[in-house]
Amino acid sequence: METQSVLFVVFSACALLAGLRVITARNPVHAVLFLVLAFFSSACLWMQLQAEFLAIVLILVYVGAVMVLFLFVVMMLDINIDRSRAGFWRHLPAALLVAIAIALQLWLVLSHGSWQTLSAGPSLRGGNTAALGHLVFTEYLLPLQVAGAILLVAIVAAIALTLRQRKDARHQSPAQQVAVRRSDRLTVVQMPSEPGPARADRTVEVSKNG
Amino acid sequence: MVSLSAYLGVGALLFAIAVIGIFLNRKNLIVLLMAIELMLLAVNTNFIAFSRFLGDLHGQVFVFFILTVAAAESAIGLAIMVALFRSVNTINVDELDSLKG
Repeated sequence: METQSVLFVVFSACALLAGLRVITARNPVHAVLFLVLAFFSSACLWMQLQAEFLAIVLILVYVGAVMVLFLFVVMMLDINIDRSRAGFWRHLPAALLVAIAIALQLWLVLSHGSWQTLSAGPSLRGGNTAALGHLVFTEYLLPLQVAGAILLVAIVAAIALTLRQRKDARHQSPAQQVAVRRSDRLTVVQMPSEPGPARADRTVEVSKNG
Repeated sequence: MVSLSAYLGVGALLFAIAVIGIFLNRKNLIVLLMAIELMLLAVNTNFIAFSRFLGDLHGQVFVFFILTVAAAESAIGLAIMVALFRSVNTINVDELDSLKG
Protein backbone atom coordinates (compact mmCIF):
# COMPACT_ATOMS: atom_id res chain seq x y z
CA MET A 1 0.00 0.00 0.00
CA GLU A 2 1.22 3.45 -0.74
CA THR A 3 1.54 6.09 1.93
CA GLN A 4 -1.66 7.90 1.05
CA SER A 5 -3.79 4.79 1.44
CA VAL A 6 -2.19 4.00 4.80
CA LEU A 7 -2.84 7.55 6.00
CA PHE A 8 -6.42 7.36 4.76
CA VAL A 9 -7.06 4.12 6.66
CA VAL A 10 -5.50 5.49 9.84
CA PHE A 11 -7.39 8.79 9.78
CA SER A 12 -10.74 7.33 8.81
CA ALA A 13 -10.43 4.62 11.49
CA CYS A 14 -9.62 7.35 14.03
CA ALA A 15 -12.64 9.40 12.93
CA LEU A 16 -15.04 6.45 13.06
CA LEU A 17 -13.82 5.15 16.43
CA ALA A 18 -13.95 8.65 17.90
CA GLY A 19 -17.48 9.04 16.53
CA LEU A 20 -18.49 5.78 18.18
CA ARG A 21 -17.05 6.93 21.49
CA VAL A 22 -18.83 10.30 21.18
CA ILE A 23 -22.20 8.61 21.25
CA THR A 24 -21.35 5.98 23.88
CA ALA A 25 -19.13 7.88 26.31
CA ARG A 26 -20.58 8.00 29.79
CA ASN A 27 -19.15 11.34 30.71
CA PRO A 28 -20.21 14.27 28.46
CA VAL A 29 -16.75 15.83 28.83
CA HIS A 30 -15.19 12.70 27.34
CA ALA A 31 -17.77 12.83 24.55
CA VAL A 32 -16.72 16.39 23.69
CA LEU A 33 -13.04 15.43 23.70
CA PHE A 34 -13.73 12.47 21.39
CA LEU A 35 -15.66 14.80 19.12
CA VAL A 36 -12.55 16.97 18.97
CA LEU A 37 -10.56 13.89 17.93
CA ALA A 38 -13.15 13.12 15.24
CA PHE A 39 -12.87 16.68 13.94
CA PHE A 40 -9.08 16.47 13.87
CA SER A 41 -9.10 13.17 11.96
CA SER A 42 -11.63 14.54 9.50
CA ALA A 43 -9.51 17.65 9.03
CA CYS A 44 -6.63 15.34 8.10
CA LEU A 45 -8.89 13.55 5.62
CA TRP A 46 -9.89 16.90 4.13
CA MET A 47 -6.22 17.82 3.91
CA GLN A 48 -5.69 14.62 1.89
CA LEU A 49 -8.47 15.79 -0.41
CA GLN A 50 -6.49 19.01 -0.91
CA ALA A 51 -9.03 21.19 0.87
CA GLU A 52 -6.38 22.85 3.03
CA PHE A 53 -8.33 25.99 3.77
CA LEU A 54 -11.40 24.15 5.00
CA ALA A 55 -9.29 21.75 7.05
CA ILE A 56 -7.64 24.66 8.82
CA VAL A 57 -11.01 26.39 9.26
CA LEU A 58 -12.43 23.20 10.74
CA ILE A 59 -9.67 23.09 13.33
CA LEU A 60 -9.59 26.82 14.07
CA VAL A 61 -13.32 27.49 14.13
CA TYR A 62 -14.73 24.16 15.22
CA VAL A 63 -12.13 22.80 17.59
CA GLY A 64 -10.98 26.24 18.66
CA ALA A 65 -14.33 27.90 19.22
CA VAL A 66 -17.39 25.68 18.99
CA MET A 67 -15.94 22.70 20.86
CA VAL A 68 -14.56 24.99 23.56
CA LEU A 69 -18.06 26.44 23.87
CA PHE A 70 -19.45 22.91 24.20
CA LEU A 71 -16.87 22.03 26.83
CA PHE A 72 -17.63 25.23 28.70
CA VAL A 73 -21.36 24.54 28.76
CA VAL A 74 -20.87 20.87 29.72
CA MET A 75 -18.68 21.86 32.63
CA MET A 76 -20.91 24.72 33.70
CA LEU A 77 -24.14 22.71 33.84
CA ASP A 78 -24.51 20.25 36.64
CA ILE A 79 -25.81 17.23 34.78
CA ASN A 80 -27.11 14.14 36.46
CA ILE A 81 -25.40 11.45 34.39
CA ASP A 82 -27.18 8.45 35.87
CA ARG A 83 -30.61 9.81 35.14
CA SER A 84 -29.78 10.67 31.54
CA ARG A 85 -28.20 7.25 31.05
CA ALA A 86 -31.25 5.35 32.25
CA GLY A 87 -32.55 3.01 29.54
CA PHE A 88 -29.55 3.82 27.37
CA TRP A 89 -29.38 0.50 25.49
CA ARG A 90 -33.12 -0.03 25.31
CA HIS A 91 -33.48 1.54 21.89
CA LEU A 92 -30.35 -0.04 20.42
CA PRO A 93 -32.27 -2.50 18.17
CA ALA A 94 -34.32 0.30 16.59
CA ALA A 95 -31.22 2.46 16.28
CA LEU A 96 -29.26 -0.33 14.62
CA LEU A 97 -32.14 -1.04 12.26
CA VAL A 98 -32.39 2.59 11.13
CA ALA A 99 -28.63 3.05 10.92
CA ILE A 100 -28.14 -0.15 8.91
CA ALA A 101 -30.98 0.88 6.60
CA ILE A 102 -29.38 4.30 6.06
CA ALA A 103 -25.91 2.83 5.53
CA LEU A 104 -27.29 0.21 3.15
CA GLN A 105 -29.19 2.77 1.10
CA LEU A 106 -26.17 5.03 0.92
CA TRP A 107 -23.99 2.10 -0.09
CA LEU A 108 -26.48 1.06 -2.81
CA VAL A 109 -26.36 4.55 -4.26
CA LEU A 110 -22.62 4.94 -3.86
CA SER A 111 -21.71 1.59 -5.38
CA HIS A 112 -23.78 2.01 -8.54
CA GLY A 113 -23.09 5.62 -9.35
CA SER A 114 -21.44 6.77 -12.52
CA TRP A 115 -18.59 8.28 -10.52
CA GLN A 116 -16.89 4.96 -9.87
CA THR A 117 -14.40 5.67 -12.60
CA LEU A 118 -13.64 9.22 -11.51
CA SER A 119 -10.11 9.91 -10.50
CA ALA A 120 -8.78 13.03 -8.87
CA GLY A 121 -7.66 15.66 -11.31
CA PRO A 122 -4.47 17.63 -11.09
CA SER A 123 -4.13 19.73 -7.97
CA LEU A 124 -4.73 23.45 -8.20
CA ARG A 125 -1.78 25.71 -8.76
CA GLY A 126 -1.03 27.80 -5.70
CA GLY A 127 -3.30 25.83 -3.38
CA ASN A 128 -7.03 26.08 -3.06
CA THR A 129 -7.19 28.99 -0.61
CA ALA A 130 -6.68 31.60 -3.32
CA ALA A 131 -9.12 29.88 -5.68
CA LEU A 132 -11.72 29.56 -2.92
CA GLY A 133 -11.28 33.19 -1.94
CA HIS A 134 -11.68 34.29 -5.54
CA LEU A 135 -14.90 32.31 -5.82
CA VAL A 136 -16.30 33.50 -2.48
CA PHE A 137 -15.66 37.18 -3.17
CA THR A 138 -16.99 37.23 -6.71
CA GLU A 139 -19.65 34.65 -7.44
CA TYR A 140 -20.75 34.08 -3.84
CA LEU A 141 -20.52 37.65 -2.58
CA LEU A 142 -24.19 37.97 -1.63
CA PRO A 143 -24.30 34.58 0.18
CA LEU A 144 -21.16 35.64 2.03
CA GLN A 145 -22.88 38.80 3.26
CA VAL A 146 -25.93 36.77 4.27
CA ALA A 147 -23.67 34.38 6.19
CA GLY A 148 -22.18 37.36 8.01
CA ALA A 149 -25.67 38.58 8.88
CA ILE A 150 -26.55 35.10 10.17
CA LEU A 151 -23.52 35.13 12.42
CA LEU A 152 -24.47 38.59 13.71
CA VAL A 153 -28.01 37.41 14.45
CA ALA A 154 -26.57 34.37 16.22
CA ILE A 155 -24.37 36.56 18.41
CA VAL A 156 -27.27 38.84 19.33
CA ALA A 157 -29.57 35.89 19.99
CA ALA A 158 -27.04 34.01 22.13
CA ILE A 159 -26.29 37.08 24.23
CA ALA A 160 -29.96 38.04 24.58
CA LEU A 161 -30.83 34.51 25.67
CA THR A 162 -28.21 34.23 28.36
CA LEU A 163 -27.88 37.80 29.57
CA ARG A 164 -29.41 38.38 32.95
CA GLN A 165 -29.16 41.28 35.35
CA ARG A 166 -28.43 41.14 39.01
CA LYS A 167 -31.49 41.80 41.09
CA ASP A 168 -29.71 44.23 43.39
CA ALA A 169 -28.00 46.18 40.63
CA ARG A 170 -28.81 49.89 40.48
CA HIS A 171 -29.07 51.49 37.09
CA GLN A 172 -30.67 54.41 35.34
CA SER A 173 -33.82 54.09 33.32
CA PRO A 174 -33.37 56.38 30.31
CA ALA A 175 -36.97 55.90 29.21
CA GLN A 176 -38.25 57.19 32.52
CA GLN A 177 -35.76 60.02 32.44
CA VAL A 178 -36.89 61.14 29.02
CA ALA A 179 -40.58 60.81 29.82
CA VAL A 180 -40.41 62.95 32.93
CA ARG A 181 -42.72 65.97 33.09
CA ARG A 182 -42.03 69.34 34.62
CA SER A 183 -44.71 68.89 37.24
CA ASP A 184 -42.93 65.79 38.61
CA ARG A 185 -39.80 67.68 39.49
CA LEU A 186 -40.64 71.38 39.90
CA THR A 187 -43.23 73.01 42.13
CA VAL A 188 -43.77 76.74 42.06
CA VAL A 189 -44.66 78.06 45.47
CA GLN A 190 -46.64 81.24 45.80
CA MET A 191 -45.35 83.39 48.60
CA PRO A 192 -45.42 87.06 49.37
CA SER A 193 -42.35 89.03 48.46
CA GLU A 194 -40.22 90.75 51.11
CA PRO A 195 -41.09 94.36 51.99
CA GLY A 196 -39.31 97.16 50.10
CA PRO A 197 -36.66 98.70 52.48
CA ALA A 198 -34.69 95.49 53.01
CA ARG A 199 -34.22 95.19 49.32
CA ALA A 200 -33.08 98.78 48.95
CA ASP A 201 -30.45 98.18 51.66
CA ARG A 202 -29.07 95.19 49.86
CA THR A 203 -28.60 97.07 46.63
CA VAL A 204 -26.76 99.79 48.50
CA GLU A 205 -24.49 97.15 50.07
CA VAL A 206 -23.72 95.64 46.70
CA SER A 207 -22.83 98.99 45.22
CA LYS A 208 -20.60 99.70 48.20
CA ASN A 209 -18.72 96.47 47.71
CA GLY A 210 -18.33 97.16 44.00
CA MET B 1 -4.63 6.52 -4.82
CA VAL B 2 -7.68 6.42 -2.56
CA SER B 3 -10.89 6.17 -4.54
CA LEU B 4 -13.92 8.41 -4.21
CA SER B 5 -16.02 5.51 -2.92
CA ALA B 6 -13.75 5.11 0.08
CA TYR B 7 -14.30 8.70 1.17
CA LEU B 8 -18.04 8.42 0.56
CA GLY B 9 -18.08 5.20 2.60
CA VAL B 10 -16.42 6.94 5.53
CA GLY B 11 -19.00 9.73 5.29
CA ALA B 12 -21.88 7.25 5.20
CA LEU B 13 -20.56 5.31 8.22
CA LEU B 14 -20.03 8.51 10.19
CA PHE B 15 -23.60 9.58 9.39
CA ALA B 16 -24.95 6.18 10.47
CA ILE B 17 -23.01 6.42 13.75
CA ALA B 18 -24.54 9.84 14.38
CA VAL B 19 -28.03 8.43 13.72
CA ILE B 20 -27.40 5.66 16.27
CA GLY B 21 -26.21 8.33 18.69
CA ILE B 22 -29.45 10.28 18.34
CA PHE B 23 -31.41 7.12 19.14
CA LEU B 24 -29.27 6.12 22.13
CA ASN B 25 -28.93 9.54 23.76
CA ARG B 26 -32.54 10.58 23.60
CA LYS B 27 -32.43 12.07 27.07
CA ASN B 28 -29.17 13.97 26.92
CA LEU B 29 -29.56 17.25 25.07
CA ILE B 30 -25.82 17.94 24.85
CA VAL B 31 -24.97 14.62 23.22
CA LEU B 32 -27.87 15.13 20.82
CA LEU B 33 -26.30 18.40 19.69
CA MET B 34 -22.95 16.64 19.33
CA ALA B 35 -24.52 13.91 17.19
CA ILE B 36 -25.88 16.63 14.90
CA GLU B 37 -22.38 18.09 14.61
CA LEU B 38 -21.13 14.62 13.67
CA MET B 39 -23.78 14.36 10.94
CA LEU B 40 -22.76 17.72 9.50
CA LEU B 41 -19.14 16.56 9.53
CA ALA B 42 -20.05 13.45 7.53
CA VAL B 43 -22.00 15.53 4.99
CA ASN B 44 -19.13 17.98 4.66
CA THR B 45 -16.70 15.13 4.03
CA ASN B 46 -18.93 13.94 1.18
CA PHE B 47 -19.07 17.46 -0.27
CA ILE B 48 -15.30 17.85 -0.19
CA ALA B 49 -14.68 14.40 -1.67
CA PHE B 50 -17.01 15.14 -4.59
CA SER B 51 -15.50 18.59 -4.99
CA ARG B 52 -12.03 17.07 -5.30
CA PHE B 53 -12.94 14.24 -7.65
CA LEU B 54 -15.17 16.33 -9.91
CA GLY B 55 -12.66 19.17 -9.93
CA ASP B 56 -15.40 21.63 -8.96
CA LEU B 57 -14.63 24.15 -6.26
CA HIS B 58 -18.25 25.10 -5.63
CA GLY B 59 -18.63 22.13 -3.31
CA GLN B 60 -16.02 23.58 -1.00
CA VAL B 61 -17.80 26.94 -0.97
CA PHE B 62 -20.90 25.08 0.12
CA VAL B 63 -18.97 23.43 2.96
CA PHE B 64 -17.79 26.89 3.98
CA PHE B 65 -21.37 28.09 4.34
CA ILE B 66 -22.46 24.90 6.10
CA LEU B 67 -19.72 25.45 8.67
CA THR B 68 -20.90 29.03 9.20
CA VAL B 69 -24.52 28.09 9.72
CA ALA B 70 -23.61 25.11 11.92
CA ALA B 71 -21.51 27.33 14.17
CA ALA B 72 -24.42 29.77 14.53
CA GLU B 73 -26.80 26.89 15.19
CA SER B 74 -24.71 25.32 17.93
CA ALA B 75 -24.11 28.70 19.58
CA ILE B 76 -27.84 29.41 19.74
CA GLY B 77 -28.58 25.81 20.80
CA LEU B 78 -26.15 26.02 23.68
CA ALA B 79 -27.53 29.41 24.71
CA ILE B 80 -31.06 27.99 24.76
CA MET B 81 -29.77 25.06 26.81
CA VAL B 82 -28.14 27.35 29.36
CA ALA B 83 -31.31 29.45 29.65
CA LEU B 84 -33.34 26.26 30.02
CA PHE B 85 -31.06 24.90 32.73
CA ARG B 86 -31.37 28.16 34.65
CA SER B 87 -35.14 28.12 34.64
CA VAL B 88 -35.98 24.42 35.17
CA ASN B 89 -32.65 23.16 36.53
CA THR B 90 -32.50 20.16 34.22
CA ILE B 91 -31.74 19.40 30.57
CA ASN B 92 -33.17 15.94 30.71
CA VAL B 93 -35.41 15.71 27.66
CA ASP B 94 -37.98 13.59 29.50
CA GLU B 95 -38.61 16.32 32.06
CA LEU B 96 -39.04 19.11 29.53
CA ASP B 97 -42.74 18.44 29.07
CA SER B 98 -44.31 21.66 30.29
CA LEU B 99 -45.91 22.19 26.88
CA LYS B 100 -47.60 18.76 27.21
CA GLY B 101 -46.84 17.97 23.59
